[in-house]
Amino acid sequence: MKTSVKTLALTGTLALILTACGDSGSGDAGGEGELVGSGSGDSCVIETPVPVGAVVSLTGAAASYGESQKKGLELALEQLTEKGGVEYDLKIEDDATDPRQGITVFEQLSEDRSAIIGPTLSNGAFQAQPIAQEAGVPVVAISNTADGITAQGDYIFRVSLTEAQVIPQTVEVAKAEYGLEKVVVMYSNDDAFTESGYKVFASALEEQGVEVLDTLTFSKADTDFRALLTEAKGDQPDAIVVSGLIEAAIPLVTQARELGIDVPIIGGNGFNNPKLMADAGEAAEGVVVGAAWNSASEGELNTAFLADFEEKFGSKPDQFAAQAYVGLAAIDAAVRSGCSGERDAIKEGLAGLTDLETVLGTLSINADRDSEHPAVVQVVEGGTFTPLN
Amino acid sequence: MQQLLNGLFLGSIYALFAIGFTLVFGILDRLNLAHPAVFAAAAFVGIELVAVGGLSIWVALPLVALFGAVLGLVIERVAFRPLKGRPDAHFAGLIGSIGLGGMVVALLLWRYGPDTRRFPADAFPSTAFEIGSARVTLLQVAILAISIVLMAGLTWLVGRSPLGRAMRAVAENPRAATVLGLNVDRVTATTFALSSALGAVAGALFAMNVNSAQLGMGSAIELKGLAVIIVGGMGSLPGALVGGLLLGLAEVFAVQYVGSSWRDLVAFGLLFLLLIVRPQGLFGSKRVREV
Repeated sequence: MKTSVKTLALTGTLALILTACGDSGSGDAGGEGELVGSGSGDSCVIETPVPVGAVVSLTGAAASYGESQKKGLELALEQLTEKGGVEYDLKIEDDATDPRQGITVFEQLSEDRSAIIGPTLSNGAFQAQPIAQEAGVPVVAISNTADGITAQGDYIFRVSLTEAQVIPQTVEVAKAEYGLEKVVVMYSNDDAFTESGYKVFASALEEQGVEVLDTLTFSKADTDFRALLTEAKGDQPDAIVVSGLIEAAIPLVTQARELGIDVPIIGGNGFNNPKLMADAGEAAEGVVVGAAWNSASEGELNTAFLADFEEKFGSKPDQFAAQAYVGLAAIDAAVRSGCSGERDAIKEGLAGLTDLETVLGTLSINADRDSEHPAVVQVVEGGTFTPLN
Repeated sequence: MQQLLNGLFLGSIYALFAIGFTLVFGILDRLNLAHPAVFAAAAFVGIELVAVGGLSIWVALPLVALFGAVLGLVIERVAFRPLKGRPDAHFAGLIGSIGLGGMVVALLLWRYGPDTRRFPADAFPSTAFEIGSARVTLLQVAILAISIVLMAGLTWLVGRSPLGRAMRAVAENPRAATVLGLNVDRVTATTFALSSALGAVAGALFAMNVNSAQLGMGSAIELKGLAVIIVGGMGSLPGALVGGLLLGLAEVFAVQYVGSSWRDLVAFGLLFLLLIVRPQGLFGSKRVREV
């Protein structure tokens, strides 16, 4: 932390000196000309490190996601530095899973960063991202899946798939696989992410002709679901569909199996976490999750990512790490496309991203500034996520 | 039937939490708001003892109780004793204990990080019984049994033992108790230790029961614990037991018959209704406070 502040101060002073006495050499107008380099694409060289900020939840309810994202970013940073040509000065801040703190750090980062990654939860994104939009700083959302994130402005991009993209595929595949006719839906109704996940589930189920026997709500801080699950069990559904965060998912799944509920449990993106199997153990078997990232994908980029991540951190990456990793890679691609670390050049670059090869698959940014790439539907079998489609 | 059991098990943990809470309140007339922090700390310490220390749960639980007792002594020493001479000692202690509770949670954050933690999957045999159409795990039965034994033991202790007599004397009139040669400070400290030991066991059991321990788990149950002791009658041990079970059942049946979104509204609504009918609580006696 201390060193990064020092480096920052140093680069800041340097930049001041450079702009103060070196304006004659550069042909570029404006004080931040040193972020424009020469060459293009892989041969692009920018002298000054491009300042990038990231806001993730390192403490609070979403800390387990934020921790993963931080690791993904650190790995990406390390590899981009090795690659050379363009260096990134990455500053990772904690929003404590609190939208108010998210606003504060976004304000700070909007002052001197060329682009901002984050924040972790859609809740916080709706509050914090408009600040960057106002300041004209491009934002890359790496885990927000709620509707309307990128509609906040033309500087807001995302590399994560929306629930609206993943969930209908999940329902479709699960329906075909298990012959679903009637289900019980459960969701936590005090969180923007799980609420929006619920809405997509509800409309996907309706569209595909699956009957919803009952809809049960809980709070994101709940840990005892026995009463709800008993209620659900009484309806004798073919599956239980849940939109909840991982903190709720683990006790929910454990208690469901304990009460003798053997039907598949179909989860939203919150369930897509290796902790599910680690902590719920055998109870996690039969949980179905749609994902933006296929951990079992044998693509060259992905196998390298898995190996590098495990070597650096001693644990397996999850989807959050993978998406964060891609977030920085997307910024790098955008910077290199115009060979400039200026805000508007990065914005242009992001808007034009097509067929970028990433660990998530071939990724393009569409006209809504959302990303498009294939999703994968997985089921827990023998303690690991196995592709169902 | 299953819902009845769900409510019973949930309620027994509320009761165990509330009984520690109400013990300090009933005897010392102090509200110890560091109690929820003890609840959380004990769960994390219990998990560490089993997961890292490799202890069996039956060895870990008494150690957790001991840890709770020590924490109770610290709470009394730091948050209550220095303030006891003040004219606003009730309020000062209340705030002092909130502060200390916050510090304990901050220490937990530093030591364990923000992640949810769990007992290892094999910490307790996952045996389950079928009772009619309902399922009960061995763990739940054990939790109920431990709760009942602890509550019965405490009731005996307060009602029959010399220590209990001393506690009741202090509760009646601390000054008179001093005149009678009782060491009021020691009795006070012991009460805190007992109270926190119960809270600690409740925390560890709760974490096992729901397979999840979080830093905020104490504050999630705090309001319910307060509701339980008010409904049961301030300071009444049987009241806390019945109040806890009542709240557990009310929550579960609210889900069953009213709807899941209305759970807390129904549960707390019932509590208000009960207080209107019986303001002193179920087992409370009308107290006249001398000036």
